[in-house]
Amino acid sequence: MNSLVKMTWTESKLFLREPASAFFTLIFPLMMLFIYGTIFSNAPVPPGAASSKDVIGNLIPSFTAMSIGIVGLMPVTITLATYRENGVLRRLRTTPVSPLVVMVAQVMVVFIMTVLGVGLLLIVGVLVYHVQFTGNVLSILAGFAFASLSFFGMGFILASVMPTARTAQIVGMVLLYPMLILSGAGWPRELMPGAMVKVASYLPLTYVVNLLRGLWIGETWSQHITDVVVLVAMLFVGVLVSVKLFRWE
Amino acid sequence: MNAIVQVGGLRKTYGTTVAVDEISFEVQEGEIFGMVGPNGAGKTTTIECLEGLRKPSAGKLRVLGVDPQLESQVIRERVGMQLQQSNLPDRLKVWEALDLYASFYPKAVDWEILLSQLGLEEKRNTPFSKLSGGQKQRLFIALALLPDPQLIFLDELTTGLDPQARHTIWDLVRDVRARGKTILLTTHFMEEAEKLCDRIAILDHGRIVALDTPANLIKSLGAEERVVFSVDGVLPEAFEKALSGTARLEVQKERVTICSKNGRKVPLVSEVVGLLSSQGIPFHDLRTEQPNLEDVFLSLTGHKMRE
Repeated sequence: MNSLVKMTWTESKLFLREPASAFFTLIFPLMMLFIYGTIFSNAPVPPGAASSKDVIGNLIPSFTAMSIGIVGLMPVTITLATYRENGVLRRLRTTPVSPLVVMVAQVMVVFIMTVLGVGLLLIVGVLVYHVQFTGNVLSILAGFAFASLSFFGMGFILASVMPTARTAQIVGMVLLYPMLILSGAGWPRELMPGAMVKVASYLPLTYVVNLLRGLWIGETWSQHITDVVVLVAMLFVGVLVSVKLFRWE
Repeated sequence: MNAIVQVGGLRKTYGTTVAVDEISFEVQEGEIFGMVGPNGAGKTTTIECLEGLRKPSAGKLRVLGVDPQLESQVIRERVGMQLQQSNLPDRLKVWEALDLYASFYPKAVDWEILLSQLGLEEKRNTPFSKLSGGQKQRLFIALALLPDPQLIFLDELTTGLDPQARHTIWDLVRDVRARGKTILLTTHFMEEAEKLCDRIAILDHGRIVALDTPANLIKSLGAEERVVFSVDGVLPEAFEKALSGTARLEVQKERVTICSKNGRKVPLVSEVVGLLSSQGIPFHDLRTEQPNLEDVFLSLTGHKMRE
């Protein structure tokens, strides 16, 4: 237990020392919020302008999904693949630490980082754009945790399958960018034509966006059975495959 | 004396390649035991089998009395290991590495003490990637010492280090042994093996070609002392004649090498110098050469270490 806490703490520090991962997790979602916030409301603090406030409010769950997508596919994949390639895992293997601790610590780190990024997003959303939340707090928190863990599995699988850190990074980006654009995470899906929406239905991140946006505006879990089923399936596949495929070297 | 590592008929093959071919040896408690040989001789494969990282194709292994494959947890808790190829995260600081690794062991020693023992105190806040090769190896030794192990495996500890850093590491290894630890190391530096190890196994092509103390190995060679010097001009025949009974001469231009034959009473060097001065031959750059492990390796295998 002590080693899990220590490893999570140490790896969190390492995560934040890496400029790229710190930027994409903590700063990038905020940048997006400011850009869209400016587009959708010419004045950052619109007095009593309910409509633009709602539009910006709805961006919060989308950008949360975006954070989950970025964190799940970039830092996780690169960190684990690099550790394997450089022999960091090899060194760990000679100690009594269990592979489960190594994996769980990585999950905790990316989850904590996503929480930090989304927390910043919320604070800025509330302070600058007076975003109002109308849904159920417990429900959205549970949805956030559930969707994150389901999606992170992809990065872990990728890290195990890819031969080098470099390919892991490239494949991660190739998977990430279409998802960011088409899933509605970085761009409101309402603005897309039907064919693009169809493509989006094949992208895992779309289901994260759907669930989080629904829960954010107060919809119930039962209104999102499809999303939940897809995410549960992803969670199972993610855990089973990444445990099965885990290699020290 | 207690055998702390026992290797019996160890064999490891990869497809049709035989990496380790039926080797057997024992490491006694408290000694520095070295496996020496060129790259590809099977040293690392052997040590990784003992560490439980590789599964032997055949043979019986006992480390601290247990089979490293079956009870790898025991090995990982009680043996300190330094690997030939391993790393820490680039941005991990020295103290963080020690703090993190200490949390893996049920009874880790105080890492602050290790930090000063290994001369890393000034580097405690330095990220791993900013350490020099010697500092990285010192950190790896510190990590290996964390579980307060009875036995330590060191694989190619000084490869890539400059001579000064290498000597520092040798002193550290001697210190560690002085604290009652047993050390099994591999190296492809004959000098390192000769200066550091109590006993060495010389490996070549997956087999042990010799196993003894460095002094005995050199003695077993029956090799002779050599005197080498340069003369100005031509060496007079009278000089060669005076020595011909007890030594062998090789002359290459002005460079003269004299090897003593067995059974001499007067040391070769005094005889040579005496003759040179009594015959008034001007000479310079005179030195004597003792046979070393490099010569032992050459005579046992028929080839040089680094080829």
